[in-house]
Amino acid sequence: MNRYPWWKYAILALALVAGFLYTLPNFYGEAPAVQISSARATLKVDTALLERVQQVLEQSGTKADLVQLEGLSVRARFADTDTQKKAKDALSAALNPDAASPNYIVALNLVSRSPQWLSSLRALPMYLGLDLRGGVHFLMQVDMRSALTKKVDSLATDARTLLRDKNIRHAGVSRDGNMLVVAFRDTAMAASARDLLSGQITEMTWAETPEGSEVRLRGSLKPEAARAIQDQAIKQNITTLHNRVNELGTSEPVIQQQGADRVVVQLPGVQDTARAKDIIGRTATLELRMVNDSAEAQEALRGGPVPFGSEKYLERDGTAIVVFRQVVITGDCLTDAQPGFDNQTQEPNVNLTVDAKCGRIMRDVSRENIGKRMAILLFERGRGEVVTAPVIRGELGNRFQISGRMTTVEAADTALLLRAGSLAAPMEIIEERTIGPSLGAENIAKGFTSVLWGFVAIAAFMCAYYLLFGVFSTLALAFNLLLLVAVLSLLQATLTLPGMAAIALTLGMAIDANVLINERVREELRNGAAPQAAIAAGYERAFATILDSNVTTLIAGLALLIFGSGPVRGFAIVHCLGILTSMFSAVMFSRGLVNLWYGRQKKLKSVSIGQVWRPGNAAPTPKADA
Amino acid sequence: MEFFRIRRDIPFMRYTRVLNAVSVVAFVIAVFFLATRGLNLSIEFTGGTLVEVEYAQSADVQKTRHAVEALGLGEVQVQTFGSSRDVLIRVPVRSGVKQSEVAEQVFAAVCRAEAGTVQRKEYTTPQGEQVSRPSCVAAQGVEPVRLSRTEVVGPSVGAELATDGAIALTMTVVGIMLYLAFRFEWKFAVAGIVANLHDVVIILGFFAFFQWEFSLAVLAAVLAVLGYSVNESVIIFDRIREAFRKFRKLSPPQVIDHAITSTISRTIITHGSTQAMVLSMLLFGGPTLHYFAVALTIGILFGIYSSVFVAAGIAMWLGVRREDLVKASPSKEGDPNDPNAGAVV
Repeated sequence: MNRYPWWKYAILALALVAGFLYTLPNFYGEAPAVQISSARATLKVDTALLERVQQVLEQSGTKADLVQLEGLSVRARFADTDTQKKAKDALSAALNPDAASPNYIVALNLVSRSPQWLSSLRALPMYLGLDLRGGVHFLMQVDMRSALTKKVDSLATDARTLLRDKNIRHAGVSRDGNMLVVAFRDTAMAASARDLLSGQITEMTWAETPEGSEVRLRGSLKPEAARAIQDQAIKQNITTLHNRVNELGTSEPVIQQQGADRVVVQLPGVQDTARAKDIIGRTATLELRMVNDSAEAQEALRGGPVPFGSEKYLERDGTAIVVFRQVVITGDCLTDAQPGFDNQTQEPNVNLTVDAKCGRIMRDVSRENIGKRMAILLFERGRGEVVTAPVIRGELGNRFQISGRMTTVEAADTALLLRAGSLAAPMEIIEERTIGPSLGAENIAKGFTSVLWGFVAIAAFMCAYYLLFGVFSTLALAFNLLLLVAVLSLLQATLTLPGMAAIALTLGMAIDANVLINERVREELRNGAAPQAAIAAGYERAFATILDSNVTTLIAGLALLIFGSGPVRGFAIVHCLGILTSMFSAVMFSRGLVNLWYGRQKKLKSVSIGQVWRPGNAAPTPKADA
Repeated sequence: MEFFRIRRDIPFMRYTRVLNAVSVVAFVIAVFFLATRGLNLSIEFTGGTLVEVEYAQSADVQKTRHAVEALGLGEVQVQTFGSSRDVLIRVPVRSGVKQSEVAEQVFAAVCRAEAGTVQRKEYTTPQGEQVSRPSCVAAQGVEPVRLSRTEVVGPSVGAELATDGAIALTMTVVGIMLYLAFRFEWKFAVAGIVANLHDVVIILGFFAFFQWEFSLAVLAAVLAVLGYSVNESVIIFDRIREAFRKFRKLSPPQVIDHAITSTISRTIITHGSTQAMVLSMLLFGGPTLHYFAVALTIGILFGIYSSVFVAAGIAMWLGVRREDLVKASPSKEGDPNDPNAGAVV
């Protein structure tokens, strides 16, 4: 009765092999490496770059152990730090001919030393959390209200254009919170405007309300449209952050959405918060608006009231400038901005490229406003600043340039500001954590020793108390640890210090299943069952109990996983996975071992499970003892 | 070896009145301290700034405190953390103070107190990683104090974490009750949850009384304890159900006594093993895991007590009968002596 069919052994063997394979990368440690990532949003990192890197390394005589394309960067691994440094210099020189405006970021880094055949099996070392490897963590809140406001503003512009094109006369389009209000003198106009706007601006629901002598058409954002805007805003912010973070040259930056309006940024290995914040926190949004050059605006510059529909901003050198409120285009549609030189004058300039829709707008606006000035405004934390306000020289299209009044450095700066990608909505850091690298290493050591000594204590006790069955239980526990580490490596779940605590705790709890089984087997023996029958009954009866108790533990673990955040989540993931692997190892694996050992013996006399004491007998019977 | 040689069922249920009185008293005391002293919530919940620095020599906490207090950031806590060289500085949220700069200000002040200036240090580690970090440089280029860790939490995040924690606790309780009600019976569900919430409240009571820091990790430990000690009750309930089926002549209290007695050996051994792990964490896990391990220790100790005495006692008082359990699940297990009964895995 205690025999497993061959396929059950096959499953166990397979699990064992897979467990070893996926745990293996954790033992290789890290090797010095050079990481090459793009410094420009428009420059893609692809296989062409990979080949080029290989070429450069060959020419410079620095032999890399492994060069591979991983995500958004190319990494080359070296045997020692000397070669690493030489390779870095060679690569910097070859890839960035102009050191002032680098095309690629070449940084020194560490990568796993595990061999390529393992990596090709997707066997990677566990992904360590920041508390174990050191680094910076930011939680950023996206200001969704301003994303909505911005969208409504741009819809207002659309509405104006539409009404003008169809010759529908109105008495002004204005924004009221997240609503658009269009005033009309008569109902007929309002009705035709409603038909037009409902058909064209589908993001809003339009309704007429008579108000005194006027009729007002109110458009409010549809909830699904608002959701879509928020979704898009956070996605764009994440993309922008990716581009910015590249500049830091970190090995595995994490930029993820958390909840509806938050972004987590984790930069392993980065210690310099000030610089990281500087780069990440450039919460800049870009807007192009026309400069108001009217007489009232001139008056406003001398201290008079700012004319209606205009705002006063300062240029970077401190002089005031009056611009219209109406936004021509926003940074959303800017696809590229590069510093360069004007063909004719050889003056430094910035070349801009916008997408088709904005290109059309630019063409219309520039045609009507040749000779006037257009301001490029940069908003940082709600404060606007005019980066530059060039004069429109001709009709512009998708590509245009800003020139004049600039040095090379200024051109590069402006381009960077424009290019770093504007954020769809401003963000604010609401949580920040830095962990020093030595603290991380200390935490790993502490977590490891805790697991080790706890394991040793349990193993020693089990082997002493349950003899051979204790050895089986210990092996099952070790198998559980192996599987857990393998699953964590395979899923690339983040391992944190609370996660290591969860490993320890899960092992401490997992032994419960084996204790239950062993106690049941003893009980059956005590009641006089034959050894083989006792083993079978013990495992079978204990199983229902094990299932029940693990389900309750799993419920608590899942609640933690769903509602927890940060360290709690790290704990919960490992805890839940550990419960699942322990079900497999404690029941099936230990049974497999027992079956392998005892199953074939037809006339089994005794089982080595420690002393079985029988009430009623004056002396404990040695019969059931080994 | 066999530790537990119990000839007769121990009449646990005879003492439930006394034991439950003890529980009620412990519970009331815990609630009292929770109400009067409150929990010493970590900055993860309250919001604020935390800076951990490591001195080259033993730290002079007074000096550090003076240096930080001079910044006028409100009620600053300064204490050693783990070793005498590591110092933890906690700064509360204060309106009008820009939170993102507090950590830098504090480190600068601590550095100044050691006659150093904060500079940016850029170097490559022997392993070959580029590092650029702020460092405190004093005369002759020595580094009297190093920044090990900073944590800045906005007040809104803290409030949310507290709510999420409460939701997690509620969901755990509801989930476990539903499962127990489904698997056993509502009386067991109520008994199990009351017993284990009693554990949770007592752990919280300890944290309130000693004013130990209640962090997110401790919350995780509390919830893990909840799942863990319910597990304990489940095992006893399982036995109660089995005993109801097996011994038709025993009264409910006798059945419960039998169930507890026959699982006591497993209870002690399992908890001992788990406690061995937790003890290892307490000894080797360092200051970060300290209170996590403390919470688990209290939870495990009270878990044994509550699931054995409180849960079973309440189930008895609620009046579990044979009919509740035996009828609910008709004999799904086969004849235990059936030679063809294979392993169910």
